[in-house]
Amino acid sequence: MSMESAAGRGLAAPRPRSERTIRAQRALDILVRSIVPVLLALAAGAILLLALGRDPLSFYRNIWDGGVAAGSWQDSAIAMAPFLLIAAGLTLIFRANIWNLGYNGQFLLGAALVSGYAPSLVKDVPLWLAFTLLFLLSGAVAGAWTLLPAILKARFGTNEIITTLMMSFIGIDLASILIKGPFHDPSTPLPQTAVIPLNKMLPSIPGTRIHIGLLVAIAAILVVHYLLTRTSWGLRLQIMGANPRAARHFGISLARLTVVSFLASGFLVGLAACADIMGLWGYIRTGWNPAYGDLIIPFVFLARLNALAVVPFVAFFAVLYTGGDLAAQQANLPTDFLYILVGLILLFMTVIEYLGRKRALGASYLTPGLKQSLRSGLIRRRRAK
Amino acid sequence: MSGANLASGIGLPSPVSSSRPSTLIELRGITKAFPGVVANDCIDLTLRGGEIHCLLGENGAGKSTLIGILSGLIRPDAGRIAIDGVETAITSPRRALELGIGTVHQHSTLIPALTVLENLMLGDSRTLRLNERAARSRLADLSAQLSVEIDPDARVADLALGHQQQVEIVKALWRGSRLLILDEPTSMLTPQGVAELAKVLDRLKQSGQAVVFITHKLHEALTLGDQISILRQGRLVGEITPEEIRTQSQAELRAEIIRIMFGEEARSVAGVAELREELTSAPTARRTDSGDVVLELRKLTVRGAGSERGVDDISFQLHEGEILGIAGIDGHGQRALAEAIAGQRHPSHGQVLLYGAEVTGLPVSARQKLGLRYVTDDRLGEGIVGMLPVSLNLFLKRIGEAPYWRRGRIQRSVIDKRAGELVREFDVRAPSVATRVATLSGGNIQKVLLARELSFNPKVVVFHKPTYGLDVKTTATVRELIRRLAADGGAALVISTDLDELLEICDRIAVLSRGRLVGTVANGPDAAEQVGELMIGDVPVEEAA
Amino acid sequence: MILASQVWTQIFWTSALAGGLLAGVPLMFTALGESISERAGVLNIGLEGMMLAGAYCGFLGAYYGNTQWIGYLAGIGAGILASLIMVVLCVWLGLDQIVVGIAITLAGEGITSVLYQTRFSTTEPRLGNVPSNPIPLLDRIPVLGKPINGQFPLFDQPLIVYLGLAFAAFLAWVFRRTHIGLNLRAAGEKPDALDAAGVSVVATRSYAVLATGALSGLGGAYLAIAGTGGFQPFLTQGQGFMAIVIAMLARGRPIAVVVFSLMFGIALSLSTLLQLAGINLAPEVVNMIPFAAVILALVAFARRAYLPPALALPYVRGAR
Repeated sequence: MSMESAAGRGLAAPRPRSERTIRAQRALDILVRSIVPVLLALAAGAILLLALGRDPLSFYRNIWDGGVAAGSWQDSAIAMAPFLLIAAGLTLIFRANIWNLGYNGQFLLGAALVSGYAPSLVKDVPLWLAFTLLFLLSGAVAGAWTLLPAILKARFGTNEIITTLMMSFIGIDLASILIKGPFHDPSTPLPQTAVIPLNKMLPSIPGTRIHIGLLVAIAAILVVHYLLTRTSWGLRLQIMGANPRAARHFGISLARLTVVSFLASGFLVGLAACADIMGLWGYIRTGWNPAYGDLIIPFVFLARLNALAVVPFVAFFAVLYTGGDLAAQQANLPTDFLYILVGLILLFMTVIEYLGRKRALGASYLTPGLKQSLRSGLIRRRRAK
Repeated sequence: MSGANLASGIGLPSPVSSSRPSTLIELRGITKAFPGVVANDCIDLTLRGGEIHCLLGENGAGKSTLIGILSGLIRPDAGRIAIDGVETAITSPRRALELGIGTVHQHSTLIPALTVLENLMLGDSRTLRLNERAARSRLADLSAQLSVEIDPDARVADLALGHQQQVEIVKALWRGSRLLILDEPTSMLTPQGVAELAKVLDRLKQSGQAVVFITHKLHEALTLGDQISILRQGRLVGEITPEEIRTQSQAELRAEIIRIMFGEEARSVAGVAELREELTSAPTARRTDSGDVVLELRKLTVRGAGSERGVDDISFQLHEGEILGIAGIDGHGQRALAEAIAGQRHPSHGQVLLYGAEVTGLPVSARQKLGLRYVTDDRLGEGIVGMLPVSLNLFLKRIGEAPYWRRGRIQRSVIDKRAGELVREFDVRAPSVATRVATLSGGNIQKVLLARELSFNPKVVVFHKPTYGLDVKTTATVRELIRRLAADGGAALVISTDLDELLEICDRIAVLSRGRLVGTVANGPDAAEQVGELMIGDVPVEEAA
Repeated sequence: MILASQVWTQIFWTSALAGGLLAGVPLMFTALGESISERAGVLNIGLEGMMLAGAYCGFLGAYYGNTQWIGYLAGIGAGILASLIMVVLCVWLGLDQIVVGIAITLAGEGITSVLYQTRFSTTEPRLGNVPSNPIPLLDRIPVLGKPINGQFPLFDQPLIVYLGLAFAAFLAWVFRRTHIGLNLRAAGEKPDALDAAGVSVVATRSYAVLATGALSGLGGAYLAIAGTGGFQPFLTQGQGFMAIVIAMLARGRPIAVVVFSLMFGIALSLSTLLQLAGINLAPEVVNMIPFAAVILALVAFARRAYLPPALALPYVRGAR
């Protein structure tokens, strides 16, 4: 029944507003819905700190000191490189309504491969070529690790949350095996790869300590944004994410798009791994699992799956991450405290979205199709009689 | 208001053989508003036992809201409800059931995966354990009362739609009831099914039950109803009393009702099928199998998806300038057929030929370019992407094509310009082409779909339930567009479960039953009956001239 | 490589079953809980966080209360509290189940880790052994009835395990023969039908989610108390997600849940088993096996798994 055929008559007709006010209102709305959850989470975190007998004010001040003040902003910027690349990969795949939760395994495998081949590669080959090859290798490996879940989903509709998670656990173990095995640095008994000499790592942006991995990350963000908003491929992706049935109706090939977008997101995660290893660490050891993706996800949502908008959020998180390390040490807390803050941000974000939805029919954080993805889960369509 | 009497509780001759005191349910001043629209505006209604009261109004008039209030799903903003003189608030579906108000909704509330018995036992719990024996005996009692046969252990998904409806009626009467509400009960039934329903309702009436049913079809109201209340844009604009139904002729009543419902616009919509009493052909001349064959299906077999049936061995020809209808009960393969022709689904056997050339292997976009189009019935779920603007939605079957995309890049200005032209041409009411399409009304969304499919040289267009749920004016517009397509040298395939619609516009009507084409009928005075018989399989496959 | 005749001894297979039971019980409790939720149409990604909450509080309860039962109760309580978030945000307010689930997992991991480390990181206490209850007569069976490698023999399990198995049977009865079971099914298949029948969809789903919280909390508690004898941050290592898979594969049938849990339990306890058989594999390889088993199971059984149509969709009355 079309109720709206009676719109505009009678008691409840809305008063017309100018374009400008509508747009300003919506901008304010977006701002509020993005900032408030963060503020609430920080407040809740403060309460938790108090309960644990720590001083929240000095905790947060230490975050500032460790993350921004006196040159530490550069450390935050360095941390941003892998964050942004992962955010780009997640934005792309979530827009397509696919839950690629296997980023940890993808990341570590890429990192292991890079750490394994880099020491010899940087010696034998001109540096610029070595870097290019390593980035490509890392991206390819991480992308390849998404292939099985991608095909299972495209062909059988198998639930990708579970498959990517399982592949992630397997990948983490596989990386360990590689590090202890073929990639092991023979000169040390410790389970790690050979350390790449400083002069063979990614060069810094002149005048700073920040390695050019950050530039790669920014370029990736721009490319992903352009793809999503301006190209026909990106439009198809968004339609598949918003409404897979409509996508079929329009003749969009879901299977191919699923696999390609999976590969692309894995590739970006792989790039993040290479940037981190070749720009910051120089080696990898077993047992290391920074799990950046777990912590980046809420900010991808907060940015409403917009690749450009995610940058300030990631910047904020980078400060939190870098400064939080220092703050946690000072407060004698484990760094896992960050998990709590990030979890709280997610929770408050959903609450704020609810409140916002009650007031206006604005765009939500998640594409509608994203919520339905599990329903197409494990079922193989039954044949009709 | 209008010339018809407003019934206000005047005593009527009591119905035949009541076995219990007559129920009286009175609604006074019921008002309900949603954001942007007043669905019910101060409505008075009196429902009596032993009487079939019909709520008549076009789509969007507020009937479903009123019924929602009666069944406890919606709370009114203002107004009173009195049951047998006692003022009552119907606060929830549970309360409605306790008060003896049972509803058969337009969209089935049976759970397909469960059996009939499980569906009936649902919610009937005073004990922890399921009391199957008691349920079986109650089912037997009610089935006898309605003189229908229902298998308690059958899975609902396996039942024919007519039987499912019978189960729904039993469920509505399960806990003892005063009032039975039926929301658009005939929309999915064959003509024979409608006759059976009429019999069931009659038996209910005889036993003193109060019955309310909603429809937008005038001829149904006159055939089935004892009393008719007419809603228009949320208001009660007129009533036809049992006196008038008994004394006046069908033609007089029809004219009266149309005048009440449409006022000045009466003339422009009077030709629409839902308002006509006789299910016969419209005055325009009928074309039959002349002209070139534009679309041909040869032994097409398509597998069904999910719980919907596929089609088997379908062959027919569509000629230039022709409007061919595909009738059938919902779920007998219509979607499989439509999607196979459109290119959305791959057939397992057979061929689709467009102008003699095979297109069976071509994807949707290629068929679009050749002029083969598909207007889906699932407007919101499949036809549009709600959060995208109107302008983009108009070109979603041309993603990547020039001049709207160049080398993969979107050309917004070109899109917006052409979108503006299409919006004007098809009279789509929207604030601008940049508006998100989901905010448009149902009728305008359908116009967007039509604008998309009927632009750029359409040749053969498949329409699936093109006017379902639309208001009468838009319905008339859409049907006119279909006629124009055929008149201009194209051809139309209209798939619909609404026989009225097919009889109004089609030249020939083919019948799809259980996935097979069981016969084709030329549109004419006897078409309705013939189609009905084909739908239930009484007549063997034959080709009518 | 010694593919010795050692593999084929009774000891090996008994040990397999016993180890499978030990590792499978936490999975069983959690997966039974998830079956209830999924039957009602709620997908609980936060299971990992709930299990951890149960594990930590279970550990606390057993540590301070000196008996396993207080630990189990504490675990149940913690699970219920954690699932309350899901009830309020997802069932009552209709917010996205997956996002909230991720949040609960993250928060659960973080909170339990922080709380444990701030209090116990220096001491790292271990819990004592859990007393077991032998089944009379059955525990006299030679070999099958004897303890293996410090694990409970097959017929001499802690009482809670017998209770758990009995509960699985009870749940099967509830699903098939009671109104509760029918209501849960309706809530998952077609909530409007349940609403129209006069039963509150919100209430039904709320109880389902709370039950899931309780059971996964119990599962976590058992893991900490009887399984590892202590708590570690991130103790569950993906078992919450395994439980989700088990629930999906079992198609909501409690007996099938028990069987699958046992199978996955065997996969999880493989390292000890393989050592017993004399097969030496790197620990990482052995770690991988349960996860690879999940993927294989999904590929093999995916076409037969069934998800209720209304799964993960919030219910709003009157919405279309």
